[in-house]
Amino acid sequence: MSETPILEVENLAKSLGGKPILSGVSFTVKRGEMKVLIGPSGGGKSTLLQCLNFLHIPDAGTIRLDGQTVDARSRKGLYAYRQQVGMIFQDYNLFDHLNALDNVALALRKVKGLGRAEAEVRARAELARVGLSDKERLYPAELSGGQKQRVSIARALAMDPKVMLLDEPTAALDPELIGEVLTVIRGLAKDGMTMIMATHQMGFVRTMADEILFMQEGVVIEQGTPDMLLDVDLGSRTLDFCTHLAEFEGGA
Amino acid sequence: MNQAFDVVIGAIPYLLGGTGLTVAAVLGGMFIGLAIGLPMAVAQVYGPKPLGWLVRAYVWFFRGVPILVLLFLFYFGLFQAFSWNIDALTAATLVLGMASGAYQSQIFRGSILSLSKGQFRAASALGFTDRQAILNIVLPQALRLSLPGWSNEYSIILKDSALAFVLGATEIMARTQFVATRTYQHLALALAACGIYFILTWVGVRALRMLERYVAVPGFGPQEAR
Repeated sequence: MSETPILEVENLAKSLGGKPILSGVSFTVKRGEMKVLIGPSGGGKSTLLQCLNFLHIPDAGTIRLDGQTVDARSRKGLYAYRQQVGMIFQDYNLFDHLNALDNVALALRKVKGLGRAEAEVRARAELARVGLSDKERLYPAELSGGQKQRVSIARALAMDPKVMLLDEPTAALDPELIGEVLTVIRGLAKDGMTMIMATHQMGFVRTMADEILFMQEGVVIEQGTPDMLLDVDLGSRTLDFCTHLAEFEGGA
Repeated sequence: MNQAFDVVIGAIPYLLGGTGLTVAAVLGGMFIGLAIGLPMAVAQVYGPKPLGWLVRAYVWFFRGVPILVLLFLFYFGLFQAFSWNIDALTAATLVLGMASGAYQSQIFRGSILSLSKGQFRAASALGFTDRQAILNIVLPQALRLSLPGWSNEYSIILKDSALAFVLGATEIMARTQFVATRTYQHLALALAACGIYFILTWVGVRALRMLERYVAVPGFGPQEAR
């Protein structure tokens, strides 16, 4: 694994409606790394992920992808950057008027400029990768939550992103559908995809995370491997939070 | 009674000629309204603020003035003032189109605003430009949602088009009046006009309903609320 970081974030700050949501967030992500964001809701995880894709333009700070600083003032630069950073939303946001195949193929055609046939070949390959080859003609309303999230992952993968941002990808799912989505994400990690993921699936975090960032009130207050932060003897804030989470959910 | 019947039967070819003109004015008006209304809706939702204000002023004006007044204002007023000589039917079509543009813009705006913001964000996240996101994601969805409102607008414009009669356009209403004043069969001819308008409304609304079904997407749009 190359040691040059794929993503470098420095002193990111963002206020929304006059209220500071992120204050001075910095971290680096290595190629193939799985970073997990944990923390109470309202702690800034979602805003951080949206800032990393410039869906929210940060007020201050720099983001470097592959050594290139992103210039938020250049729309062209922004559009090009976003193509390289995949985004998975909690509520999927599949395009409601398009079937699964077109959901994946549309950006390939419109953004990457592929022909229809070429785009569909690639889209089919990505749908196969998430195990949905037989669902390509179905519309979002005809898919289960887990299937929708897998289509949205296929849609992001088709753009060949250098980094994937996942904003609580299983939070809106019924418990029995969480597994299929996490399995797909595990597969991506195994294939070497770099990911930053907000999640509270602690079993997944323990086994998959290379590093945990614990965020509260817009600041990363703890940072370390799962072994470090979830070690009972160290009494970290992260562990405390996760223990409470387990109580609410009846053991995770 | 027989005489009334004969008059109506005899007048049918003449009235149908007027029907063609009415249909032309209504379709033309709907089309102009679409061509004006859709960009105005997009400008009002996504455009810079000053553009939004302009759209609001336009809508405020055309929704605030009766069609009859607009017809006089443009045909006898503005078009004359600029010595723009166009026939009554064309003038009526333009005025209906401009007024309909105001109403249609608000139909489309409502549909756009009803879409989940996540649709646009997902497109942005994939690298779509704003323009691409509007053309490929927002409008295909918003237009589907607009069809019921559009069908309503058609039925309103169709009936507003009868006012073109006061400009001297020889559409349905003008022709029934013309025959009625010569034959004194006012009731029978008014009923005949009723029948023609009724059929035009029914056919148009039916056609739009069929279009709605044709472009329907499973689980999306007005069909789903039932």
